[in-house]
Amino acid sequence: MPDAPGLELLAQDLRRSDAEAVVDTVYFRDRATLVVNPARVRSVLAALRDKGFRSLMSVHGVDYWPEEPRLGVHYELLDMREVDRITVKARVPTDAPALPSVTPDWPTADFHEREVYDLFGVVFEGHPDLRRILMPEDYEGHPQRRDFPVGGEPVHFTYNEYETPRYWE
Amino acid sequence: MTDTTDLDIVDRVPAVGAEDTEELLTINMGPHHPATHGVLRVMVTLDGEVVKDAKPVMGYLHTGIEKTAEDKSYWKVIPVVERMDYLAYYFNALAFIGAVETLLDLDVPPRAQYLRVIHLELNRIMSHLVWIGTAMLDLGAISMFWYGFRERETILDLFEYSSGQRMHTRYFQVGGVIEDIPTGWAAKVKKFCQEMPRRADQYAAILEKNEILLRRLRDTGVVSEARMLELGVTGPLLRAAGNPWDLRKAQPYSSYDHFDFKIPIGTVGDNYDRFRVRHAELYESVKIIEQALDGLPEGPYITEDRKIALPPRHELATSMEALIHHFKLVTEGFRVPPGEIYYPIEGPRGELGCFVRSDGSSKPARVHMRDPSFTNLQMFPDMVRDGYIADFIAAIAMLDPIVGGIDR
Amino acid sequence: MEIVRSGGGEPDRSDFRASQLRARDMLRGDLEGKDLGEYVEQRVLTTTVEQALNWARSNSLFPLTFGLACCAIEFMSIVASRVDVSRFGFEALRASPRQADLIVLSGRVSIKMAPIIRRIYDQMLEPKWAISMGACCSSMGVFNNYAIVPADKFMPIDVHVPGCPPRPEALMHGVLRLRDMIQDKEEEGWRDRYGARGTEEVAPPPDDPAVDALRRASQHSEATKRA
Repeated sequence: MPDAPGLELLAQDLRRSDAEAVVDTVYFRDRATLVVNPARVRSVLAALRDKGFRSLMSVHGVDYWPEEPRLGVHYELLDMREVDRITVKARVPTDAPALPSVTPDWPTADFHEREVYDLFGVVFEGHPDLRRILMPEDYEGHPQRRDFPVGGEPVHFTYNEYETPRYWE
Repeated sequence: MTDTTDLDIVDRVPAVGAEDTEELLTINMGPHHPATHGVLRVMVTLDGEVVKDAKPVMGYLHTGIEKTAEDKSYWKVIPVVERMDYLAYYFNALAFIGAVETLLDLDVPPRAQYLRVIHLELNRIMSHLVWIGTAMLDLGAISMFWYGFRERETILDLFEYSSGQRMHTRYFQVGGVIEDIPTGWAAKVKKFCQEMPRRADQYAAILEKNEILLRRLRDTGVVSEARMLELGVTGPLLRAAGNPWDLRKAQPYSSYDHFDFKIPIGTVGDNYDRFRVRHAELYESVKIIEQALDGLPEGPYITEDRKIALPPRHELATSMEALIHHFKLVTEGFRVPPGEIYYPIEGPRGELGCFVRSDGSSKPARVHMRDPSFTNLQMFPDMVRDGYIADFIAAIAMLDPIVGGIDR
Repeated sequence: MEIVRSGGGEPDRSDFRASQLRARDMLRGDLEGKDLGEYVEQRVLTTTVEQALNWARSNSLFPLTFGLACCAIEFMSIVASRVDVSRFGFEALRASPRQADLIVLSGRVSIKMAPIIRRIYDQMLEPKWAISMGACCSSMGVFNNYAIVPADKFMPIDVHVPGCPPRPEALMHGVLRLRDMIQDKEEEGWRDRYGARGTEEVAPPPDDPAVDALRRASQHSEATKRA
């Protein structure tokens, strides 16, 4: 991982080229995270690619409810040559959940962004084929959000076997 | 044709044939199919026997594991997360536990680390055995299924001996392992380690120079290493193309750096190399297990921190604090300081990572597993384009997708 | 000196001679009435057609190769050599639902997969049985959430095998229980249990007394249940 001063230098570098790209840096348990402005995600990732982080390992979403902006998207980058990892974080509110898609630059993000869209509702602009991947095509709602109920069925035991309706009723 | 000056139909017919997209047939290789490993659905576009495009459709096993995990305390998430990639259950558990231990800034005792390594490598061997059984079943070498599962039964006996369950054992806990290994377990594992390379030699004798296997697997499903890196593919698929990226060597975790083992890599990146790489990994895993058994240190098998791990039962009778700790752990669970961690390990199919976000309570706020099969599946259309259907089946077999991991 | 031979000697062939004569009469068509009845009882294993059919069906189930999740691996190890399903005659796993008569739901059924399983079950030909293997399809299992459906909700199940995943021996026990169930029941049992008379592919004749009796009985039992 880039250590704490290395992370700060990296953030300074990125700010030099684009002043409002990097919003914050977090260094926790020897892991470096850059919090970026959602509109600048693609350029930040391209700049990190030039610095050597050439592999995008994962794109996943987080729901920060009740903190706003609520939906976060994490990009895990890996530098195979130096064995370095860095996380890029972008947070968007629920009423405007749009992020530029990084799929044209990083083809691996294809399925990952579809999953984030499916489970969180974050719309990736510029994604070639943004549709639901894990839930059925006509499902309503975004299950992984914190205010979506966990759901479940009442389990049939002998004491409630006749109260719960069976499939043929 | 009214235009009589141009009678060169012969030149124009091939162009017409190549552009006529109405000849393409899109077939659904549905979720229930004997050759898809689990419920993977692929929409295949065919031109005769040649595959032009393949689109995987997933979600038929989506279990909402990540959602369920938010609902349970950290200790109880372990069995839920274990069932994700159902052939690599120790790996799923370790990815989650490693993330939680990093958040807690907890040290795992060395004996627990070695025991974890032994179980992980046994699980890797077991996963590759199931892979070899089912992959060869798809290709038609049906007897390999029985040989692979015969070895698998021995390994499951070892798992049952150490933890009580054959699959999804919940053996790894935050801070170490749940119980020390019983007497006689080490001897049985040693016997297995002596037996396994001979069995792997038998598989090689059957399969390696088999004419049919060579014809079906050689030079089929080739994807270039650059394309694989673009797609985020890791694991034996990337190593078959020649890239020696292995997290056990690159970012060692759980004392993997104490062991001396090689990383088998291939050259061409075709299906035959993938088969050879996974087969060679069987030997390397046996080596790791032998070294871990020989060097198994004495000491505690779980962390001494009573706020995280249950105290041993004999202390409950004498110590009041132990009783209180036990009560708190069982009812509420331990609290984890707020933070976010991504913890990657090397699973049998590639990089298995777990992202845990904690908000200070006793339940995780977000658990996400970065599954290798999910990412490796993106390489599937590239593997099968312009190949025959038979190569399509071989490609699925060599890709080793586990739909539980793809769909979570 | 007289030599006396005792023990052994000529075997008593009178019974054999009598049965030979009876067999000759049988073949000629000369045995009538009581003699014929006695002859049949001694020679032929009598059974009803239903029992014979059930015996044949139960001992040659063709399971469908249908694996969903972790339980599928234990289902595969039932076909493997340690717990060998071939001892009982069930090793002929068929890939097509048209050719199989036992579907083993091995693994968690998600909401996207449930209609597909129902279609596969509908494509199977009568008589057909279903085993729900594991906790996830019997009840909700480990994952009681929005994405999973218990199998009872969309198709009739004959045997539920608990476990997560059930040991291959446990699944074998479940299959053997199913075999015993098939042998004991005189008709396709699930229709009675689930009140599904009327879903047969070949409709029974409209004045079939058995169907009427069953309909009246199921209405009566429904009324008593709700009371």
